Amino acid sequence: MAKSATDVGVQQSPHQRGDRELTYAEALVEAIAELMKEDPDFLIIGSYVLGLGPMRALFDEVRHEYPKRVLDPPTAEIGFTGFGVGAAMNGLHVLVDLSTASFIFEAFPQVVNEAANASYMSGGRLAVPIVFHFLHGLRGGGAAQHSHSPQAMLWNTPGLQIMMPSSPADVRGMLPTAIKSGNPTVFVDHSKLMPVRGYVPALPKEIPLGVADIKRSGRDVTVVATSYSVQQSLSACKTLASEGIDTELVDPRTVVPLDRQTILESVAKTGRLVVVDETHRSCGIASEIAAIASEEILDALKVPIIRVTVPDVPVPFSPVLESELDTTPERIAAAVRYQMTRKQINRL
Amino acid sequence: MPPQRFEPESAKKVLPDLEKTGLIELLHKMLLVRRFEERLIRLAEEGPSFGHYHVYIGQETIGIPALAALRPTDLVFPTHRNHGYLLSRGADPGRLMAEILGKQTGLNGGKAGTLHASAPELGIPHTSAIVGGIVPIAAGAALAAQLKGSNQISVALFGDGATEEGATFEALNIASLWRVPVIFLCENNTEEALGAAAGGYPKSVTAATDLGSIARSVGVPAVVVDGTDTRAVFTAMSEAAERARTSGGPTFVEAKVVRWPGSNPLWPELPAGETELRFAWEPESAPEQLLRWYRDQDGLLRYLREMLGASLLDKDDAAEIDSDVRSQVEAAVRFARNSAYPTPDSAYLDVFAGQS
Repeated sequence: MAKSATDVGVQQSPHQRGDRELTYAEALVEAIAELMKEDPDFLIIGSYVLGLGPMRALFDEVRHEYPKRVLDPPTAEIGFTGFGVGAAMNGLHVLVDLSTASFIFEAFPQVVNEAANASYMSGGRLAVPIVFHFLHGLRGGGAAQHSHSPQAMLWNTPGLQIMMPSSPADVRGMLPTAIKSGNPTVFVDHSKLMPVRGYVPALPKEIPLGVADIKRSGRDVTVVATSYSVQQSLSACKTLASEGIDTELVDPRTVVPLDRQTILESVAKTGRLVVVDETHRSCGIASEIAAIASEEILDALKVPIIRVTVPDVPVPFSPVLESELDTTPERIAAAVRYQMTRKQINRL
Repeated sequence: MPPQRFEPESAKKVLPDLEKTGLIELLHKMLLVRRFEERLIRLAEEGPSFGHYHVYIGQETIGIPALAALRPTDLVFPTHRNHGYLLSRGADPGRLMAEILGKQTGLNGGKAGTLHASAPELGIPHTSAIVGGIVPIAAGAALAAQLKGSNQISVALFGDGATEEGATFEALNIASLWRVPVIFLCENNTEEALGAAAGGYPKSVTAATDLGSIARSVGVPAVVVDGTDTRAVFTAMSEAAERARTSGGPTFVEAKVVRWPGSNPLWPELPAGETELRFAWEPESAPEQLLRWYRDQDGLLRYLREMLGASLLDKDDAAEIDSDVRSQVEAAVRFARNSAYPTPDSAYLDVFAGQS
């Protein structure tokens, strides 16, 4: 069985006096509340920013304070997403919440064929400041129609920035960046991240696009992971450390734009790469990062790259079957161990 | 029950309540669009190809009075049959032609082409060539106007085919629930269309016999007008704009025309050459195959005929306007042809706003 969200991850110490320990959901809502307060043009369309779990009540305060700027639309994803796109074209800063990531398929034409293309087709004369927010991935019982991780498909769509925070501090610093970036941005959350606790600065700073974060420094193996798989990887790193394997964990945080340099520098240092991601194996986030590493830095690799991903099958319902596909800390740790023990590439 | 056959009511007066200069300006715009589109078809025939395209011939008396009923600050969101609106809002014909030919001087630097040309600075922020795609966007722009407390309104411009799309229905429902200041202007050009099944360009394939009933089913008031009747279009749009501006919410305006036969094939053609002004006063001089269309179904000639009849201008005045727009179009073609293509490296710019 997969460990539950609260078991996963490594609690880091506060960096500075005044850092506050918050859940991911609290940090997300704090960012939304701040944007609502600071920016009278900030509009939210969608009802389930925090999903359907118990954390959802945190969002109610924002909803009650700003009833005119938190709109609960009908079940009409292409319609209300298009409303968001049009409102953004007319000067509002919009967050369209699609709730479960799988529902973005109902809105795909507006996301990938309108918002993503609009600036380009206009010849740079039009900005579309909109954020598409959803909760992706294996959530426990979501099964085939409620467990998608569409970020790889969206990465295959030029014109969308893609942000994937993995900690309370990151989501607190990244959501304002997404809203203020002035461009269509896919903001990828995960329901299993919502209860994760972590320290958030007393005065949160915006985290820029395209800046990766080294979540753990190490010298033996580089693990690149995104979203909730960062938390799973942190858990794996802890186990591996007790075995004497020193893992470096790189979290790109945004894949569009992608901080290639931080990833490649880490791989140059360790010579071993494991890419972990919850998108499906073929043409997934991990595939692209592996391709970049093999194009740019093959000489530095001591062993071939390994991907730890969700296999190419629909997500099943039964917990045993869902767990079989998950990028669990155990699977990640096993991949790292294999990288340490397998035969090195012969370069003679 | 099949939909009722549409035929313009020729006895009705078609001049809107505007000053003479306003009436002449409308005629000027209609003729500019007609000559631009006719020239474009010849340009396509001469080659090289600029890809698939649509022309606005036969619908000038919808878009031009419709946009004249708005304020310049109002937003309009077109679909792929968009040249008429761009010209009507004052886009430079040369820059539109250059865009259609993919030139660097085009309205969008050659990235849009005919199907996606837009002019944000003229209140045409975005054109969607995806059927139904523009409808929720236009309504969302109206939502923004409402939340900002401005009295700006927004217009979605689309054809009858868009009523077959779910996006249109969803947008009508949300616009009605939130009472946003938007007008849904549906240009129904399906009458006498060949349709895909007969090898032509698509026509409506819908079980609805009255497109307005789709809007009414979610509480959006709907009106139908004769799209060759400039006055009827202008009045309906003025009333819808007033309703939107006074928070009365959205209106669905259906404007019907008989499809211009040149837009019946998959690729536009000029079945009998260019329109001649004298067809307005000597209908029998029109080529036989288009006699009925020019005599009874062409809103532009109907408008011109009434202008002449009311002595608002004479045949020489009309010829002068025609000559003026023809030279504008020829200058546009020269400008577009003489313009350079974009530099290849500009393909990498404008993916995100703020890049160039």
